[in-house]
Amino acid sequence: MSSNINRKKVMKKGIIRFIDIFKENKMGVLGFYIIVFFLLVAFVGPLIYSYNPQEFAKGGLIAPPTKGFPLGTDDMGRSILGALIYGAKVSLMIGIFATLISVFIGTFIGIVSGFTGGKFDSVLMRITDGFMVLPKLPLIMILAALLGSSTRNIIIVLGLTGWTGTARLVRSQTLSVKQRPFIERAVSVGAGKGYIMFRHILPNVFPLVFSNTILVAAGAILTETTLSFLGLGNPLMPSWGQILRGAFTSGAVSIGAWWYFVPAGLCVILLVLGFALLGYSFDEILNPKLRRH
Amino acid sequence: MKNENILEVSNLKTYFKIKEGIVKAVDGVSFSLKKGEFLGLVGESGCGKTTTALSIIKLLADNGYIEDGKILFKDKDLTKMTESEMLPTRWKDISIIFQGSMNALNPVMRVSDQIVEAIQLHENISDKEARERVTKLLELVNLNTGLIDSYPHEFSGGMRQRAMIAMALACNPGLIIGDEPTTALDLMVQAQIIDLINDLRKKLDTSMIIISHDLSIITEICDRIVVMYAGKIAEIGTVEDVIFNYKHPYTEKLIKAFPNIYGEREMVESIPGFPPNLLDPQKGCLFADRCHKKIGEICEKVDPNLIKIGEKNHMVACHLWGGKDE
Amino acid sequence: MRAIYGGARMSSIVDLKQLKVNFQIRQGFIKEVIKREKKIVKAVDNIDLSIKKGEILSLVGESGSGKTTTGRAILQLVEKTDGEILFDGKEINNKSNEYMKNFRKRAQMIFQDPYQSLNPKFMVIDIVAEPLQLMKIKVSEEEKIDKVVKALEFAGLRPGKDYLYRYPHELSGGQRQRVSIATCFIVSPDFIVADEPVSMLDASVRADILKLFVEMKQKKNISFLFITHDLSLSWLISDRIAIMYLGKIVELGKADLIAGACRHPYSQALTSVLAVVGDRRKRKRIVLEGEIPSPINTPSGCRFHTRCPLVKEKCKTEEPKLRKIKEEHYVACHYPEIIK
Repeated sequence: MSSNINRKKVMKKGIIRFIDIFKENKMGVLGFYIIVFFLLVAFVGPLIYSYNPQEFAKGGLIAPPTKGFPLGTDDMGRSILGALIYGAKVSLMIGIFATLISVFIGTFIGIVSGFTGGKFDSVLMRITDGFMVLPKLPLIMILAALLGSSTRNIIIVLGLTGWTGTARLVRSQTLSVKQRPFIERAVSVGAGKGYIMFRHILPNVFPLVFSNTILVAAGAILTETTLSFLGLGNPLMPSWGQILRGAFTSGAVSIGAWWYFVPAGLCVILLVLGFALLGYSFDEILNPKLRRH
Repeated sequence: MKNENILEVSNLKTYFKIKEGIVKAVDGVSFSLKKGEFLGLVGESGCGKTTTALSIIKLLADNGYIEDGKILFKDKDLTKMTESEMLPTRWKDISIIFQGSMNALNPVMRVSDQIVEAIQLHENISDKEARERVTKLLELVNLNTGLIDSYPHEFSGGMRQRAMIAMALACNPGLIIGDEPTTALDLMVQAQIIDLINDLRKKLDTSMIIISHDLSIITEICDRIVVMYAGKIAEIGTVEDVIFNYKHPYTEKLIKAFPNIYGEREMVESIPGFPPNLLDPQKGCLFADRCHKKIGEICEKVDPNLIKIGEKNHMVACHLWGGKDE
Repeated sequence: MRAIYGGARMSSIVDLKQLKVNFQIRQGFIKEVIKREKKIVKAVDNIDLSIKKGEILSLVGESGSGKTTTGRAILQLVEKTDGEILFDGKEINNKSNEYMKNFRKRAQMIFQDPYQSLNPKFMVIDIVAEPLQLMKIKVSEEEKIDKVVKALEFAGLRPGKDYLYRYPHELSGGQRQRVSIATCFIVSPDFIVADEPVSMLDASVRADILKLFVEMKQKKNISFLFITHDLSLSWLISDRIAIMYLGKIVELGKADLIAGACRHPYSQALTSVLAVVGDRRKRKRIVLEGEIPSPINTPSGCRFHTRCPLVKEKCKTEEPKLRKIKEEHYVACHYPEIIK
């Protein structure tokens, strides 16, 4: 009984120490707040400001900001502010879920390939290379077109194409961890391959995966925005990319209706930046060699 | 030169600044070195021997600094010199063979070119003259001069170590510091390097400071020994005095930690406890809590001074032999 | 071959018969596949050795001698190329999961590098308890903690419970090695391979660790294969010492051989250059010329002939076999008599 308390205490101390170190990294803290801001916008926003993408022509069409519509309206008369708030949730959800799928696949392939080695590793890596080399956007477009542009399919498509970077990263880290004596020790006390990969290699690869995940998320959000911009998104669940698409196709850009595309663009940039800052800061913290004293 | 001491270290204090405070890696170390003399700096990990050497050649890490003390090399105080003033001194007057340096040779440069480079950085001589000197150096260290243009990976570990010694001798320095020069070498290669060093001792008048945790190597090649513990000197004297006439309890334990295959086959007692934390060293003798010959409270309260015992500059910092603050 | 070791094989825990372990060096695509040139390192080349139950046998040698590979081969961490490895009289069946689980419980290893041989993400309690989990030894949580504490305290970490929730980076080198020992000890093995267990530790810390080995041998009858390059340490704790050179055993005998009674020229040279602290005698140092030849192109005949100060014609062509010259003393040399 007392043992569990001790273990939990030690782990808590570890987390507190990590948070303390994290707090000192200004870059990371900024990124963290940006993400928190958008999470609030995405989940608390709709409770404050209601928006329904199906309701058209509430205000004028592509009308500049007025009291009722703080950021003006789009080409169907819907509030742009509402679209941004609603879109935050869509962009974030797609980005995060797609990332989770990518990272899971990438980590799994990276560890199994790196640890098993030999021909198996070569084959898997050639497949990975293949995926990496394929031009992603056309591939995603084709898949999206084939499978249909539901939100779920977008997530799957992004997930299935975004794992290669993670796989390579995790594999090379696995190769290096594999050489360390404690792996040989695990074998000598009777550990099987699966156990070693899961219990010994994964925890040592995890810090890398963690910081990499956040960077992958940044990329996923950006890719989703691009896809939506190209018209492959789900029109019933408009994301920021779709707002930008609307701005583009309706000619808002040429008439100078800045309220239509500038806020959406800024949101994308800010959120991606937030993830990038957080990801790089974790990289610095978890990889002490990068830390400046 | 005023006297025949090529190096005089007086009350050297080298500290390191870390987040938690100041680590007193070297805290009041004094010794001198005569021309042509070989001095051994002995101690275990964390005792400050490498830091002392790095202080002399002023290659401390960014957070390290010399807090106090003087290092007189040929009557120049090295502690007062700036980095640009130190540059010509390094290698020309004092050179260093780092630990594991046989792995520090540039793999894409021929061995001869690397030594030539070291020479030409300090002396204005032609390529041809430099190469001639390299040939002579390789002969001096018993390397086949036909191999002069090889790459490091074509050399074995022992040969690379010889090449490093040749490089250290390249500019004819007055002092060479060897940090663990034989660690990581096979026994027989170690013996060859020891023979080489002893041979060089006879031929040249270069002084040497050998740093090692391996007391047996030190006794084979050094004239005098400095035993360090927790950043201070525990005992200093000739090999004869320190090994066969030791006075400090730590020296005793250290000597007995090396089994003598011609003596009794008995297991020695380890030293209980751990080396002290140099971040906040306690008062009194830093060896007190592990000492088997502690004489009482004075050991825990008062830091013993280095005092002279016997005739030939044999000194010990231990209350057993005096050493109280006067 | 089998007869020379006297004593019933039943009293040995490990028997090596004509053991060979080769490694192939990777040379790049063209040489390997097209030219079919194979560079083979004969790390362990046809050795016979028996480790008696309850004994500490040291395997001593310089780099390339094959001592580390031998230890790893016995523990099935490296594939043998030929020959037999018997554990407790029976050949090791590494295809059977059942057998291997039992084998791993009875044969353990202590590694050289205390800084790398413990998983930095594991707490001490998880490291030490891991063998219990892997060998499916069923214990309750309380029993597990109890066993771990006992193992830690046996290894000299007292009080054991203070160490349970620490991470390796919080411990010194000596303490980490003790954790390694506790990990071996917790499953009560019969045989331990200790690969340079103290070479990375300070001299003053070594004695305690070595004493633990002697204690384990005396109290629990655990046999040890102590692999080291340090002759004086092997002398201190072993019953017998085997000296290896380039994959072969050149001399085998009781530990006090080292103190001047060796009969193989290599052993003699090695023991003569041993620097001894506090020894005033003027010893004759036999410093061999050159370095150990490459294990890829081993010399013909006696491997040592290229550096042997007493080399004769026969040595260059015929390989000497390990043979008995006295009770419990074996030498692989054509002319051990001419050595003083």
